[in-house]
Amino acid sequence: MANVLALIEISAEGGIANSAPAVIAAAAKLGTPVAVLAARPGEGTRFVARLGEFGAQQVFLVESDRAGAVLAAAQTAALESAARELSPSAVVAANSVESREAAARFAVRCGAGLLADAVDVMVTADGTPATSHSVFGGAYNVQATVPGRLSVITLRQGALEDRAPAATPEVTTVSLDVEAGNAAVIEQVHPTAADSSRPPLRGAAAVVSGGRGLGSKENFVLVEQLADALGAAVGASRAAVDAGYVPQSYQVGQTGVAVSPQLYVALGISGAIQHRAGMQTSKTIVAINKDEDAPIFDVADFGIVGDVFTVVPQLIEALGDRAKNAGALSAQAN
Amino acid sequence: MKILVMVKQVPDTEEERRLDLATGCLDRDGSERVADEINERALEVALRYKDGDKKGTEVVALAMGPADAAQALRKALSMGADSAVHVLDDALEGVDIVRTAEVLAAAAKRTGFDLVVAGNESTDGRGGVVPAMVAEHLGLPLLPSLNSVEIDEASVAGEAGVENGSLTVRASLPAVVSVTERAAEARFPSFKGIMTAKRKPLTSLSLSDLGLDAAASASVVLSISERPARTAGRKIHDDGNAGNELAEFLAAGRLI
Ligand SMILES: Cc1cc2nc3c(=O)[nH]c(=O)nc-3n(C[C@H](O)[C@H](O)[C@H](O)COP(=O)(O)OP(=O)(O)OC[C@H]3O[C@@H](n4cnc5c(N)ncnc54)[C@H](O)[C@@H]3O)c2cc1C
Repeated sequence: MANVLALIEISAEGGIANSAPAVIAAAAKLGTPVAVLAARPGEGTRFVARLGEFGAQQVFLVESDRAGAVLAAAQTAALESAARELSPSAVVAANSVESREAAARFAVRCGAGLLADAVDVMVTADGTPATSHSVFGGAYNVQATVPGRLSVITLRQGALEDRAPAATPEVTTVSLDVEAGNAAVIEQVHPTAADSSRPPLRGAAAVVSGGRGLGSKENFVLVEQLADALGAAVGASRAAVDAGYVPQSYQVGQTGVAVSPQLYVALGISGAIQHRAGMQTSKTIVAINKDEDAPIFDVADFGIVGDVFTVVPQLIEALGDRAKNAGALSAQAN
Repeated sequence: MKILVMVKQVPDTEEERRLDLATGCLDRDGSERVADEINERALEVALRYKDGDKKGTEVVALAMGPADAAQALRKALSMGADSAVHVLDDALEGVDIVRTAEVLAAAAKRTGFDLVVAGNESTDGRGGVVPAMVAEHLGLPLLPSLNSVEIDEASVAGEAGVENGSLTVRASLPAVVSVTERAAEARFPSFKGIMTAKRKPLTSLSLSDLGLDAAASASVVLSISERPARTAGRKIHDDGNAGNELAEFLAAGRLI
């Protein structure tokens, strides 16, 4: 099987980015997955075991003191170096701000084809890598390929659920003198405090989102309380982000995160077409809104015309009672 | 300072957007087309710099697309851009992102600039790779997905939101930046702006003007399918018990 490069991103906190398991899994669906990583000298080997758990059969570690100091230059050079050594049939990178820059530059540099924002990957009957894309907020599914060229694929984060079986990777370490020239310099890194108690929005099995209907940042806590009762991630409409209730990274929709969870709960969200573009492929949609004509009800499997400040507390209490009863039942069974 | 702003005409997100199921291209008759909102924010970033240095700053809007892309350029002129460049060529119909980036880079080079400002992602295709590809063609740094932008005579800096945090990044000019919808709230064209826009220069360039051949795109669409529209389910009015009913619904669907 042909080698397929999986570009591994190191997050602002200095760990392997959340996208890595899916990027490696996508590479494994297309061929032999090789994790490609740029790190400062001596700092990359600590990631090898983890990349093996994610399914990397080989780790191609490029050491450069430019990694983490400038944007994309070391990662792009790492892909170039790995491609020269391993003649891959495809390259997979996360559709994230940093990884997609490296993927895009690499594609231009080596005249490759670029398939952007894929939600799945597959091999066609003649062995060419192909991708599927969710277009216009999930209204269409489009399959595409770039015949006769190396395919560079960016993968929508949280979209691919497949995971590759763990492997014990062979490690190749290459030391590179990266020409950074006039690259963009990273002056400061500001990691966000890890909110480990809640699942990340992308790829979450359940999402509870709040909109302008919550009315204030203080009231938005209600959304978080329901999310915690359901073990869900927290999302928001753009109006809620604009109003400063939550940071932009919470935004669901056309220009925010596109989610496709088992359960999506919309609280005080009108359901503008641009919001629906980011959540209408969810399995089950629940909406609570006091306006019975709110368009969110057109896509809701269960809609409640009511006030979030009375319905949601009652729901949280009912969920709590159920959890207690279930606990009591299983205690009895024991 | 010469700032080049990339603009794109896209199907209006306010309406249902349609693909031609036979070609995979946009169904142009099926959707109203407007200037992408993110480009107006990109333009706003450039215009704010110009507001502080009216005499020394020139803002040029650049678009590639069919004849109606001129509407997006006219809007940019009415908001305050000084001139516009439209890359217009039948051979560009339905081209892929690789080709688009190559053409935009050639047009940027020909027009000349100190800074290129683009939107981070367009609403009709969320790849977000064109600014990086243009930067690569031009051999320039990219500051990607900036939530805030600071421009001075020699450099550009800003805050880029990345995985689990953000980065303060800087590059010396010339450079390419892409901005997010956090970067700026766009101004509305003034009446005077709309009137003077008609007299501002709008240049059309063909592929041969740019010294490029009419090469075909390398990527091919294999298949397209349309997702069936969602239908509304049960809707109840809260009579004091809706929270409990919702808990029942979630339990019945094994969602808790
Ligand atoms: C190019 C573009 C991109 C966009 N991208 C996005 C995007 O990514 N995501 C996004 O969300 N939007 C996006 N928008 C904005 C979108 O058009 C809407 O403005 C936005 O989604 C509205 O947010 P909202 O539903 O919270 O607010 P509103 O539309 O103001 O709705 C608030 C709702 O809360 C209800 N309400 C009020 N009080 C209560 C209460 N006590 N109990 C129950 N219900 C209550 C009201 O009935 C109302 O329906 C985009 C717009 C454009 C032009």
